[in-house]
Amino acid sequence: MLLWLLAILIAAAVAPTVNRVVGSLGGGSLGGWVLAVVPAGVFIALLRLWPSVVNQQDVSVFVDWVPALNLAVSLRLDGLSLLFGLMVTGIGALILVYAGAYLKGDDRLGQLWMLLLLFMAAMLGLVLADNLLTLFIFWELTSITSYLLIGFNSDRPESRASALQALLVTGGGGLVLLPGLILLGLAGNSFEISTLLTSAEPIREHAFYLPMLLLILVGAFTKSAQFPFHFWLPNAMAAPTPISAYLHSATMVKAGVYLIARLHPILGGTAEWFWMIASVGAITMVLGAVLALRATDLKQVLAYATISVLGTLTMLLGIGTEATLVAALAVLVAHAFYKGGLFMVAGAIDHSVHQRDVRELGGLRMAMPATFAAACLAGCSMAGVLPTFGFIAKETWYESVGHVAGSGFLAASILSNVGLVAAVGFVCVKPFFGRRTESTRHAHEGGLAMWGPPVVLGIAGLALGLLPTRISELLAAGSGAIAGRAVPVHLALWHGVNVTLLLSLLTLAGGITLYWILRQGQLHRLKPYFYFFEGVTQYGPSRFYHWLLRTVNQFARGQTAMLQNGYLRFYLFTMVGLTVASVWMALGGELRSHLKPMPFDVRGHEVLLACLILAAAVVAVRATTWLLAVGALGVVGYCVAGIFVLFGAPDLAMTQFVIETLTVVLFVMAFSRLPEFRRLSTSATRGRDALIAVVAGATITVLLLFAMTVRSSHPISDYYLAHSVSEAHGRNVVNVILVDFRALDTLGEITVLAIAAIGVYSLLSLRPSKQADGEGDAAEGTEVSLRKGVPGTQFDSTAGHAADQEGV
Amino acid sequence: MDILLAITVGGLYAAGIYMMLRRNVVKLLIGLGLLSHAANLLLFTAGGLVRGRVPVVPDEGAWPLVIVADPLPQALILTAIVISFAVLAFALVLIYRTYQTLGTEDLDELKATDT
Repeated sequence: MLLWLLAILIAAAVAPTVNRVVGSLGGGSLGGWVLAVVPAGVFIALLRLWPSVVNQQDVSVFVDWVPALNLAVSLRLDGLSLLFGLMVTGIGALILVYAGAYLKGDDRLGQLWMLLLLFMAAMLGLVLADNLLTLFIFWELTSITSYLLIGFNSDRPESRASALQALLVTGGGGLVLLPGLILLGLAGNSFEISTLLTSAEPIREHAFYLPMLLLILVGAFTKSAQFPFHFWLPNAMAAPTPISAYLHSATMVKAGVYLIARLHPILGGTAEWFWMIASVGAITMVLGAVLALRATDLKQVLAYATISVLGTLTMLLGIGTEATLVAALAVLVAHAFYKGGLFMVAGAIDHSVHQRDVRELGGLRMAMPATFAAACLAGCSMAGVLPTFGFIAKETWYESVGHVAGSGFLAASILSNVGLVAAVGFVCVKPFFGRRTESTRHAHEGGLAMWGPPVVLGIAGLALGLLPTRISELLAAGSGAIAGRAVPVHLALWHGVNVTLLLSLLTLAGGITLYWILRQGQLHRLKPYFYFFEGVTQYGPSRFYHWLLRTVNQFARGQTAMLQNGYLRFYLFTMVGLTVASVWMALGGELRSHLKPMPFDVRGHEVLLACLILAAAVVAVRATTWLLAVGALGVVGYCVAGIFVLFGAPDLAMTQFVIETLTVVLFVMAFSRLPEFRRLSTSATRGRDALIAVVAGATITVLLLFAMTVRSSHPISDYYLAHSVSEAHGRNVVNVILVDFRALDTLGEITVLAIAAIGVYSLLSLRPSKQADGEGDAAEGTEVSLRKGVPGTQFDSTAGHAADQEGV
Repeated sequence: MDILLAITVGGLYAAGIYMMLRRNVVKLLIGLGLLSHAANLLLFTAGGLVRGRVPVVPDEGAWPLVIVADPLPQALILTAIVISFAVLAFALVLIYRTYQTLGTEDLDELKATDT
């Protein structure tokens, strides 16, 4: 199984090359056929495992990844995984072919194939994963790849915004999902789903049951576009149609449904499970169907219809009787076939006439006969007309929901299906019948790669309807995996005349009537209802999303403006203030017990040195000329060197003397070119700063005294003293530490010095051109204004860059 | 002596911080210099003071027989002195060039990266 994933990933890696090679050989879009071989191969490999899976023999792979973290790449193929895996690879192969035709001649075709294959690998991994964390990683990978796919037309702002919205909603859901999965893993004491299955009972009675269920459901609902997170799916239609056909009908949006199904045997069967999932699903189902009729864009109609079906699946899984589980899988399979096909039909129409507005379309059946045939097959399945698989799915659905006593679920189901039948009218009838319109006059059929895939899906839907025995096996295995026990499934096309059939007929009649009303332009009569739904649904969550996005951005801007205000002293003040505050918070209580009187043992010359340092510091602070300040700084440095001499550190003293001299010389050289001190601040500011400085200084004094009382009795330098001669053969221990024991540190120090030297050299050698002409002092007004007038010159940018680095 | 040096270190810190809070970029440099001295002295004092006993192993022994000054803080400070010199030199040149280019030493006029 790992090989399958690897094969798809390799195909993704070589997709751009394949595109180039095939393109240069004059093959045009044939690369799609070449690449489709890989998912088709995986599809066949999955089919070969069908018999063993159907006989309840799961296939699994276990690779220990990070044992210390309980991370394992474990994959398992059971009925549910097989069902999803076949959809992912089968439809994926068709989509690759279709995408080749759809984006024929586009430079980005290779990129599209690559992203589609990457997504396919992520999705396949998601449905095969047997470890919660592996599952989560693939889950997130689908979010990221779908972000890239939705934003495929990256030059269009609305496309980018839609991609970001999808990422924020599904990625945010993923963030919520992760703690849910971790809670589940903790409660079940394992992250392996197959192990968790054996401890379902304790997990359902665990104290964390409700929180984990809520967290996981938020993740699943965002991914599967359930109310109130449904708004991202219609916007995601900004993607090119092959992507919508793949992600937003058959795969990605089903991931949430898959998760609910996968965890059903562990978490399902409780009242919380039933009410939360079934009710959200029912709301989404009705909402999607109503909003589908409001839309005029072909893809939007399909997107809302998809939301409706996703709601159906969620509802059926929430109800969770054996019959509804089977029905959910049947609807899932039927939907994958017909919705994938219909999206491709919509794409073919768009590709041919560059128009997706239903009102502008008409009369295409003669111009695009193959597409029309595909639309008919898919439309019949969507409307649930005999003898398609869609009919069987709907029968099973009605039948199963009808047995849930006293519920409005059946009514909601019929209501949503009436809407879907009417939507079929808009997608499959309106564009093809009637007179040709202005937009469709020059319509023409696309190539085989364009109409072939939807026809294949349509025929498959029909074939499954006529011969439902084989698929029954798979549905039995799949629903067995969801239910956690064997479920007998006997699908048949004809059940005889019963209540369910009558309900189906009623649905069809209602849908056709609704379509007829809407087509007759009687829309205004229904408008108030639509506005009601629009207000409740489209605007509510969507507006909240935009408000949230705006507010977060505003907050970030405001916070940045406040904290990063450009005043260096403000940053310093923050740092010093926080340090002082945290020191006092840490010391607070312990100070009194630790501070004990220390022997005040000083000698005269030491006092003299200390006083000299303090006096020089005061002079440096109060100096009105730079020369005095630099001189005072030098005095401080020499006196510190003196202290080093007195307390047994001659090496330090020598270094300090040399460096101090260098520093003073350097300062004098540079400062002679700089202006005299100006007094820039008011006395109030100076008083405030003095207070801050004194408090900080006093804190350091106290901290230092405190540090000296808590000193351990065994300094680590004993080791250096003892081993200096025996191991490093040197008698000056300080030198030995620098060049031997801690030689790497010294190397680092030398590196810093070298980098600083390079910085100094490059700053000095990059002279502004004016300067080179000897046009006088740098501070001269005219030159300054000239330099200010020419931003972005070489020197400016370098200086700015260096300043940034310094800031870091 | 510990107390005296602790007070000295505190005084140097106060002076350094005060100077770094100035708007004048030249004063900021002086403050940086004071602060690095303060930090060195802080390390030195915190490492423990031993009068006049250099951490050198006498010729006739394998290790010092009497208590000597702690060599470890000294090694640290030696590194710190050199690094702070590098930082000071770099900052000095940076400020010098900034002044040449922009003609101001007032930090409040250097708030944005674009001139």
